[in-house]
Order: sequence, then C-alpha cells, then structure tokens
Amino acid sequence: MDTPQQPKRRQFFKIASAGTVASASGTLPMLFVPDAALAEEVLGTAVFATLTKIARDIFPHDRFDDSLYANAVGVYADQAKADASLKKLLLEGVATANARAREKFGADYADVPTENQRLEVLNAMLSTPFFGKLRGDLVVSLYNQPAVWAELGYQGPSAQLGGYINRGFDDQNWMDKA
Amino acid sequence: MASKKFGLNDEVVVIVGSGAGGGTLGNELAQKGIDVVILEAGKRHEINDFENDEWPMFSKISWLDKRTTSGTWRVAKDFPNLPAWIVKAVGGSTVHWAGASLRIQKHEFSARSVYGDVKGANLLDWPITLEELEPYYALAENKMGVTGTNDIPRLPGNNNYKVLAAGAKKMGYEKFHTGNMAINSQPRDSRGACQQIGFCFQGCKTGAKWSTLYTEIPKGEKTGHLEVRSDAQALKIEHDASGKATGVLYGDSKGNRYFQKARVVCVAGNSIESPRLLLNSASTLFPNGLANSSGQVGKNYMRHMTGSVYAIYENPVHMFRGTTMAGIVQDESRHDTSRGFVGGYEMETLALGVPFMAAFLDPGTWGRDFSNAMDAYDNMAGMWLVGEDMPQESNHITLHATEKDQFGLPIPNVQFSDHANDIAMRNHGFKQAKALYESIGAKRVIYTPPYPSTHNLGTNRMSANARDGVVNKWGQTHDIKNLFVSDGSQFTTGAAENPTLTIVSLAIPQADFIARSMAGKVF
Repeated sequence: MDTPQQPKRRQFFKIASAGTVASASGTLPMLFVPDAALAEEVLGTAVFATLTKIARDIFPHDRFDDSLYANAVGVYADQAKADASLKKLLLEGVATANARAREKFGADYADVPTENQRLEVLNAMLSTPFFGKLRGDLVVSLYNQPAVWAELGYQGPSAQLGGYINRGFDDQNWMDKA
Repeated sequence: MASKKFGLNDEVVVIVGSGAGGGTLGNELAQKGIDVVILEAGKRHEINDFENDEWPMFSKISWLDKRTTSGTWRVAKDFPNLPAWIVKAVGGSTVHWAGASLRIQKHEFSARSVYGDVKGANLLDWPITLEELEPYYALAENKMGVTGTNDIPRLPGNNNYKVLAAGAKKMGYEKFHTGNMAINSQPRDSRGACQQIGFCFQGCKTGAKWSTLYTEIPKGEKTGHLEVRSDAQALKIEHDASGKATGVLYGDSKGNRYFQKARVVCVAGNSIESPRLLLNSASTLFPNGLANSSGQVGKNYMRHMTGSVYAIYENPVHMFRGTTMAGIVQDESRHDTSRGFVGGYEMETLALGVPFMAAFLDPGTWGRDFSNAMDAYDNMAGMWLVGEDMPQESNHITLHATEKDQFGLPIPNVQFSDHANDIAMRNHGFKQAKALYESIGAKRVIYTPPYPSTHNLGTNRMSANARDGVVNKWGQTHDIKNLFVSDGSQFTTGAAENPTLTIVSLAIPQADFIARSMAGKVF
C-alpha cells in the first residue's frame, strides 16, 4: 500500500463550530498549520495533554498513536496564540472537565482510569461551546492527516501516480461470490 | 492566446455565471458570431490548480460567501451557513461535479398531470416536452461526450460499482450499469481518457471529465466573440423606463465596481444567486424584484431527495479508487405509487475520501460508534440516492432582513423543509439500499443525511402562464423580453435525474432563440 508523499506541515481549515464551515464573518476559512509543540507552549503542558486525551475519547481509535491526536490538537497553535477568547475557551473547558472529573472520580480528567468514566464527564458537557468547538474542529484536523489515512487504508493523492486505472481500481472479486 | 476584451459601453450579451448553463450559452452564442461577456464571480483556476486533496480544494473553489438557512432540513442544523456545496470559479459547478448525465424522463416533464394535485406541493407541468428537448439532448450528449451515447463505451466498473452490481443482481434489479457519464472512456475532443484518479469532486486532473472551464469556454474564446471576466460578481441588473434590461453592475474583490452595458442579460448564477440577483435588482418600476410579477422568484427551491448509504463489509472495497460516481441502478426511478410516494429516485455509487467521510458520514456524531465506522473505511461501499423532491412555495430563497455581504447587499437565506413525499421516498431508498448491500453480506449499514445541496433547482421556474412562473420555454422571463435565465433555477420540477445534462441541453435552443431575436431586432 502506497504511503502518500506529503509535506511535513499540512494546512487545515478553521472550523468555527460543529456546524459552521465558513467563518462567521463570511470570509474564506483560513488555513492553519498544526504545530503540536507550539500549541503545548501556548496552552501549557497540562492543558495540552488533557486536550489530547479528550481528543482520543471523542474519536477513539485504539491503533492510532498519541502523536496523531497531539497533531490534531496542534491546529490550535497559531489560533490560540492570536485569539485570546479561543485560548480562554480551551483553558476554561479543560478546567471544567477537570473539576467535574475530580467531583465524580477524585482525579483530573487525564487521570480518570477508564474511557467509560471519562465519557460520563464529556457527556455532561455535550451542549457546551467548548465541546462543540472541539468536536467540530477535531473531525477535520484528526482525519486530515496522511498518517491517519495510512492507518485507515486511504491512499490519498493519485493523479501524480497515474490514478488507479493500473493500481487496483477494480481488483476485488469477493462480491461476485457473495 | 489572449481572448477578445470588450468595453463597458459595448452592448454585448452579458451572462452572469460560467457553469453548465452560462458557459455553454456563452460558447453557443460566440459560435454564431454574437459578442458575449460572461461575468464570473469566482476566480479562474485551471487544471494545474487542482489538487487531489479534499479540504484545500473545498476552500479554493467552493461558494463560501455567507448564507443563512431556515426550515426543518437537517442541513440548517449541521451546516447552518452552508446550504449548498457548489462552485465559485470559472466553470461553475462543472468543475467539481461527478459527471452523471441523464435525460429527464417523459412523465417527469408532466409532473402535475401525472402525479396529480399533491397536497402542499406546488407541482406544475413544464412548458416543454421530452420530445421537444430530444434533439438538444442529443447535441448535448455529443458535446459533452456522454458514455453510453454516440458510440462512446461506458467506463469500466471499479470495486464500489462491483459491490453495487452484485447487490443489484441479488435484488432482481435490471437497469444497472456504470452510468451515462460525461467522462471520456477513451480520448475524445482533445481530452484524454479517465485514469480513475478518484478526485472528481476536486477537479479532474486529466480533463477527462467534461467541464465548461476547459471545453466550452476556450472554444468560445477562440472565436474572438467571448470574453470571460473572473472576480466579477454581478450585483444588480439595471433597466430603462420601458422595463428593458440595460446592463449589469458588478464588483470585484478589491472593491471596484463596473457597469457593463448589455443588449441581452442572461442569469446563470445557480439557484441561490440567480433569484437573489433578480430580487436585489428591485426598482421603483419593479418593487418586488425583476421578472417577479408571478411572485415566484426565489420560490419552489428544490434540492432533490437525497441521502447516502454506506455499507461495511468484511473485505476491502477501496471505494476511493476510481471515479467518485461509478455506477447506477435506475429501476426505482419509475413513477409507481404502490411504493407510497409519487416520482422516483436513482441509486448512484458515491465515494468520499477519509477527510470528507469523517465530516459528512453522520454530522455531529462522535465516540466509538463513529470511530468504529471510520476504522472500517477501506471496507466501505457507498451510494447516493437522488430523487424527485416536491416543489413547495415555502421552500425559498429570500433576502436576509439585516445581514449584508461585502458589497453591502442583503445575503440570501435558504429555507427548506422536506415534504411528506420526500420523506417517504428517502425512507424507501434507505431501505432498498440497505437490502441491496446486505444481500451480499454487509455487516453494518449507515444512513447518511443529505449533504449541503449539490443540486439546486427551481427558483426561477419555467411556466406556460406568466402567473405561475418566471420564464417561458426558452428561459426568457415573462416580464422582460431581453432578460433570460440559463441555469437550473429554470426547472419547473426536479425530476429524479442529475440536472447538468438538461441545463446544457436548454442552453442550446436558448442560444438559437436569442440569436433569432437579435437578428429580428426583437431586442
């Protein structure tokens, strides 16, 4: 299976919320370059780690390495640096998640032992702007990574390789024997 | 080769929009020696600018100017500012379309007569018949190079199609094949054959798929009678004291405004911008907008009954390998009320890449249920249902009461709610698709709600009588002789078929009519 050749830093779309693809002002979405290291610096190590954990709980793929979730959260690097209200939203969202986790399970969110327990905390936050923004942004930033595509079997760009006409576009025959 | 440039005071034919309707009309007129300026709101991206990458291309070519939504459709909840997924670029939505080129069926042109008076629906017969349109369908199929016509072999079937075909056979369906597609199966019209690249929605990198961008438009430009101005967004159509259209005011992204004089104005901005332009052109003489004596401008917005079904198997499908739309089952497109609804639907294969699948499979969902589906991505087959939705006056494009765009003009609101017939049809389609996929062993079947509308129709509809619609059988507005509509907003009803072939086919007799009228000094 071919691994797509991609530049290291890819660009993502700014998604303002779960439902908004065009930004509120009606201008074109801006492209943000994900930078996990910068995001950690801007948000703080503990917050960044918690967001990475929440990201995995929202879209759990057991075989995905942590770095894929860290990169997904990394899309907030430039954004949170430039936008104080976004940074506040993320920090306060994590603080709320931690508070609820300590209330229910006596530990910060990232230290709550089981996924089901952590989901209880998230389910109580479903209608918050924090959850809505995170879910809406991560569905783009997580699944827009070539490393994720490789895990899921998606081969990505093909024109430069001559398409799939000679690379298995019709290579399966099991459906005729079903 | 630089194409001809016209002056603002040249009384040319001005066409708003460069897609299936505007691009084709522009070329047809230019071939007859008539001077045309096409105003295209978007930029000019050529094949070199296309990328095999879903989100970057979405950003590059989609219409993303702010729109609002209302009504009970799920799009208003999941994508409140994205009612439609269409193109803002030279070539219009022919840049990103899948290529499906089906003729509307005979009975669908007489929807009111055949379906009867469906309560709550604003059904009306088209003022033209299939018989009248047939010669133009034939010309369009030749122009576009539609497989299955003109001795053009159908495309080979990819894995996604093979799943569809195997299931269709088990279901007892009879009319299934790889489709009538405006995609070269062999070199034709100076364009190469399909390489099964799988990024049709992102612009065809080989030009095998027909698009006005690299067919009609360059052919028209070569005559010296066609000029395409990109980054030229039409703002207002002006008229004189007698009500005759005199030209189009337009603006660019730098804030400049220009007025192009016109002998004839043709509106082909797709079904949201076209009525919006007519409404925004309201004047003292026409306080309800241009060509709106019927009150139907903006009304009867149709988006087709759509929905998708994705099925997960134990074996790989690699559905992303190959054309995005790779085959069709047509049996359900008949009119058969024993199923509980009027009209019918087509079942067409569809594939999305991982980025889009995550965003659109079931918008808003998360957790293991969702990620388990994504884990099985490579074992997924999928189809898109496209069927006839009912025109309703309450589904409409209106000018937003307060919000303005970058030019200071009211933005459009798109209101839509399903009719009971749409819901019954969709449920039937979901059920049939599930049965089809399960008949060859699907382990899990997912129903995907309609995407932001890729088919947008009906908002300046054709009618025999001026009181019932906006334009006549030539696309000429009832109210203003030298004002035409040239896109899918002309459709009286939606039919079950993808609209592009019909839009192209209507542009051909419209060009003839305009040319005759100009020669006869009607305008």
